[in-house]
Amino acid sequence: MSDHPIGRFRFMDTQNVNLDGFAVPDPTLGLVAFGSAGDPEPSLVVEDGRVIELDGRAEADFDVIDAFVAAHGLDLAAAPEAMAIDEVAFARMLVDPAVPRTEVVRLAGGMTPAKLARALAVLRPAELVMAMTKCRARRTPSNQAHVTNRSDDPLLLAADAATAAAFGFREIETTVPVLGDAPSNAVAVSIGAAVGSPGVLVQCSVEEALELELGMRGLVSYAETVSLYGTEQIFVDGDDTPWSKAFLTSAYASRGVKMRVTSGGGAEALMGGAQGCSMFYLEARCVALARAIGAQGVQNGGIDSAAVAGAVPGGVRSLMAENLMVMLRGLEACTGNDALMSESDVRRTSRTHPIFIAGSDFICSGFGSIQRYDNMFGPSQWNAEDLDDYLAMQRDWGVDGGLRTASEPEVARLRERAVDAVRAVYRLLGLADFDDIWAAQAVDAAGSKDVPAADLMTPLAASRLIRDLPITMLEVIDALAETGFEVEAERMLAMLRERVRGDYLQTAAIFDEQLRVLSAVTDPNDYAGPGTGYSPTPARQVEIDAIRQQRSVGDIQLEQERSRTEALQVSAPSAEAGHDPREVVIGLSPAAGRAIWRTLCGLTVVEALDELLAGLEEEGCTARVVRVNDSLDLGRIGLTAARLAGSGIGIGLQAKGTALIHRRDLAPLANLELYSVAPTLTRAAYRRLGINAGRHAKGATPEPERNPYSDEAIEARYHTTVVSLVAIERGCVVPGAPVETMTLQREA
Amino acid sequence: MDPVGETGEVSRVRARSGTPVDQITLDGVLAGEVSLDDIRIHPDTLLAQAEVATRAGNAQLGENFRRAAELTALTDERVLAIYEALRPHRSSAADLDLIAAELDDLGATRNASLVREAARVYAARGLLR
Repeated sequence: MSDHPIGRFRFMDTQNVNLDGFAVPDPTLGLVAFGSAGDPEPSLVVEDGRVIELDGRAEADFDVIDAFVAAHGLDLAAAPEAMAIDEVAFARMLVDPAVPRTEVVRLAGGMTPAKLARALAVLRPAELVMAMTKCRARRTPSNQAHVTNRSDDPLLLAADAATAAAFGFREIETTVPVLGDAPSNAVAVSIGAAVGSPGVLVQCSVEEALELELGMRGLVSYAETVSLYGTEQIFVDGDDTPWSKAFLTSAYASRGVKMRVTSGGGAEALMGGAQGCSMFYLEARCVALARAIGAQGVQNGGIDSAAVAGAVPGGVRSLMAENLMVMLRGLEACTGNDALMSESDVRRTSRTHPIFIAGSDFICSGFGSIQRYDNMFGPSQWNAEDLDDYLAMQRDWGVDGGLRTASEPEVARLRERAVDAVRAVYRLLGLADFDDIWAAQAVDAAGSKDVPAADLMTPLAASRLIRDLPITMLEVIDALAETGFEVEAERMLAMLRERVRGDYLQTAAIFDEQLRVLSAVTDPNDYAGPGTGYSPTPARQVEIDAIRQQRSVGDIQLEQERSRTEALQVSAPSAEAGHDPREVVIGLSPAAGRAIWRTLCGLTVVEALDELLAGLEEEGCTARVVRVNDSLDLGRIGLTAARLAGSGIGIGLQAKGTALIHRRDLAPLANLELYSVAPTLTRAAYRRLGINAGRHAKGATPEPERNPYSDEAIEARYHTTVVSLVAIERGCVVPGAPVETMTLQREA
Repeated sequence: MDPVGETGEVSRVRARSGTPVDQITLDGVLAGEVSLDDIRIHPDTLLAQAEVATRAGNAQLGENFRRAAELTALTDERVLAIYEALRPHRSSAADLDLIAAELDDLGATRNASLVREAARVYAARGLLR
């Protein structure tokens, strides 16, 4: 690299994407997405129903992962057929809508990790999208939120959990910057979630044993932080074995608590223990193990190591292929898009988008529903900063990404109720007293920086009491009901009843708002090509489409009415041609002074007009204002004005602000000067247009005014409004109607 | 395929305490009549869920639920302690044998064989204490 790069490269170097790290592939370090030379050839040898060789390794040499997968993970009945199948042939089955999901899942059950890894490496990105559409377990897609903050503020956690539920998240994951705060966080988020919606699952991600304890006490309704790794060394470094994890998995189920495991490509490379294998092969071992230990689902797709995968060629594709592998093992797929993997908005969107359009059980295994700085997992791939982007993307593609729009008044009401509920429960249980200032700040806050009143010792003290007394969810429910929050108490009790039923232990289970279980059992994915599979109900489509920012012509009309003024009036029902050679006529469009009062740049029509008149005055010209009623075409309006003017020079001004200078002898679509980009205009610009029109009237050739240019997406911002304003203009056109003479009450 | 809790005979599902699930009400909570055992899953329910999982094509999930059914008989403390004992380098072969015997005594035979299998592999892979 040159010490003195040229300007073009200096400029490119400053772009955000160049903050990301990109690695030269290095198989010895595990820095390779697919197909390292260190990956074994797929193999499976079975003798008397016992696996004696797995992916090139003899039974005597099995490490703990091989041993567990060999003993529990493979469908040996399907294995002979599955291991013999050509990998490209299997890849084609994945994208062939005529081959049902159940058939490819059956075959995958008989495939070793190396075999399945090799088959999925064949798929191109668009094929991954097709395969994921068919292979995810649950028909209805969903999404998971992170709700955390820097101070473990229980009031803010509750308000933000209610907000996340209002936006449609069906699982909420919290965690702690201070381990001792975990019980308080679990209680506050559970209460907040219950305020926001019935049936939202809540977890608190902490160390394995403490997390299990929280689950046993009923303080959380699912668990996810049960990590698997693809090599024995890293697995043991993580202080577990496949047998301890299998036992843990059963321990959760024994208490009626839903649980999934966590893995992700790049984790072993990040910890320096990839043993020369590719990320994808090691992840294939994790996913096979997840199935073997009896977990119902897997959170993967990089997770904390997503940026490691993102640093190598094909790495982002491998993250999605990992998710697909989970689906093929018949498990719930919580598909990453979790830890932020790039500083570039373009790259992170690109990483998520194929999964977003394919749909998964949980598109994000942790959408940061709070601001980046409040995310105690670290910033997510998607954050509160991006909520409206995500909702707009759902609307753009007509895709159900699991979220819905929420109105400001509704979210304000829910946040207040969540804060009140936590205050009431903590007070009644003797956990903490919160003052009014803290509560008001938490309701209004966009993040913990807006809650300076929060006291850091409060959650710690409350947590100690919850653990020591101990307080279970039954006491929390009792306190809610006693303090007037019966609805929320019922919702939380309903979640405890669901633990007794156990239906939500099945693969990919979530609850809808009627507390129906949607899982691989009750809501199996039945995609079989176009016209089949999940499609949003009409009501759900409305939730996707009706984002709060959308405006109708009627909305624009109402907005315009708020700027109505009496300053612009008709003074005569007609207008005669003038004879003063210094007279310039300003022609207004039909809606000016009738239905449109404010231009796109924010100035009122009267203000724009006032500047035009002032500019003409500066040049010593006289001016007349008329309204052209039979056309909304600005060229026609300007030409009509010019033909009425004694000087032969006219100004056309559309009510939305577009303006031009015209001359009586020009063709209608010609003009002398045009301000075409109305949103960028200013008082000064209209003044100069007036001045130039005056100079034209006097026979001079003024320097034409330039449209101001900017790098903003002017069209994205205004085109929808323009369509409405033009529709309003058209509604004011009366064919054959005469030109009217107008008077303007000038500004003081 | 019907989920266990939604078969139209909801009252058939009972908590570990024996209380039918639809009798776990807010009034009961307020009257102090709902115990932690009333919000614990019954082993029979887990066995029924195991059937559902197996029929749905996931025998390993079914097996997990069967192990879980056995673990309902253990206290939280004991479950946490056995989990801890199964972590690497925590237990000797004899420790794991004792746990397996304890589990057998409780009728938790699937868990017992899981622990014995762990003991064998841990010995081979140097993961015993």
